[in-house]
Amino acid sequence: MTTYYSEDHEWIKVDGDIATIGITAHAAEQLGEIVFIEQKETDDEFAKGDEIGVIESVKAASEIFAPVDGAVVEANALLVDTPSALNENPESDAWIYKVKLSDASQLAELMDIDAYNALIG
Amino acid sequence: MSETPKRTPLYDLHVELGGKMVDFAGWEMPVQYPMGIMGEHNQCRSKAALFDVSHMGQVILRGENAAGKLEALVPSALTALPEGKARYTFFTNESGGIMDDLIVSNAGDHLFVVVNASMRHQDIPHMAANLDGVEVTEIFDRALVAVQGPKAEDVVGALCPAVRDLKFMETILGDILGVECRISRLGYTGEDGFEISIPQDNAVEICRAFLAHEDCEPAGLGARDSLRLEAGLCLYGNDIDNDTSPIEASLLWAIQKRRREEGGFPGAARIQRDIAEGTARKLVGIKPEGRSPARHGVEVQSLDGTAIGIVTSGGFGPTVGAPVAMGYVKTGHDKPDEKVNLLIRGKAHPATIVALPFVKQNYKR
Repeated sequence: MTTYYSEDHEWIKVDGDIATIGITAHAAEQLGEIVFIEQKETDDEFAKGDEIGVIESVKAASEIFAPVDGAVVEANALLVDTPSALNENPESDAWIYKVKLSDASQLAELMDIDAYNALIG
Repeated sequence: MSETPKRTPLYDLHVELGGKMVDFAGWEMPVQYPMGIMGEHNQCRSKAALFDVSHMGQVILRGENAAGKLEALVPSALTALPEGKARYTFFTNESGGIMDDLIVSNAGDHLFVVVNASMRHQDIPHMAANLDGVEVTEIFDRALVAVQGPKAEDVVGALCPAVRDLKFMETILGDILGVECRISRLGYTGEDGFEISIPQDNAVEICRAFLAHEDCEPAGLGARDSLRLEAGLCLYGNDIDNDTSPIEASLLWAIQKRRREEGGFPGAARIQRDIAEGTARKLVGIKPEGRSPARHGVEVQSLDGTAIGIVTSGGFGPTVGAPVAMGYVKTGHDKPDEKVNLLIRGKAHPATIVALPFVKQNYKR
């Protein structure tokens, strides 16, 4: 499995044509204490750049933008009742979506961990 | 604000304490410390929190009958305000809207006035131009801090025992570490507490002494906002402004009987009419039923989809444990338990009109 990163501070872990998407620890820290997440539903389709959810923290609302084209296979139900998991384990238990990729070639446009770490300095 | 943000006398202390500094109304202020907004909010509700509010405007009004002259600009009764008492009021404009809200204290030989940071530039010239024979002096060499929470009396009382005898909306000059401070028992959190005006050179030392108390932690603007929202307290520029009348904003309590009858303040005709006839809209508490916060600007709809109002403040209420909001709705939809919808990101979310505050105010009367 390979993990990619987007400029919108998402991680994308790819296993075959299924990708798991979440926000990075850096993003979670910047957002502050998360109190609510609005997620899309299973089978919802989206294109790269589409808004696919909203994260509300005690400070503000922030959109989640799709890093690739795809369709929702599963939205993480844990986050409905426990949005604070996004602060605690953003890169493991608190994944946001499992999606089916419709164009795996888009992954090449994303960053690897080194490039992402360079981005956030 | 294009100018370089100003710093309060406590700036270095905020940075040392790990405060995350942001520009607020032209001031570099801590929005939160490492404890985080929710932790700081809960700290204030359960123990005590220290806020820097030095960005607010502190003003001294000195002159014969200053209280009587100030009554020409505000609808509250001030001439009979006893020495050592503070009162909440607001400057009104000619159409009966609110230009800013403020606290006026009778300090004996002068009035001590505190106005909002964002409106200092308007309020000081407004008073200087309209208070004939009154010396209007803006204070630049004093910090203003708030110690708020059920343990605030212990935190401040450990250094100045006299504050234990103060009641809500009372003010004294008190000695803290050998420094004369103006200490007023009031605040903006819904909790018991004090606002303390301190000479700037002593502000850090005194704040460190407050923070040395085991029950006191620093809190930033983030917690200040969620605390005041749960307490149902208006934020100038959000919930009240030049277009809202005090009656729409449910602030009739701040207009004492004599002033309601006599008038004699800007916009009196409109405000007296609002009192007599009611208003077309009312400021209410709004409780979203789901988990999604409704923020400033969200449309309020009746169940049939008609627009009936707008959210003016909203967010997550840590003490309530759920989103809370306030806003204006058309009269007729303003009674508690009325079901409404909030249009958040194009989707209707159910909510209920509720009486304010969301969290019972805990003042020492």
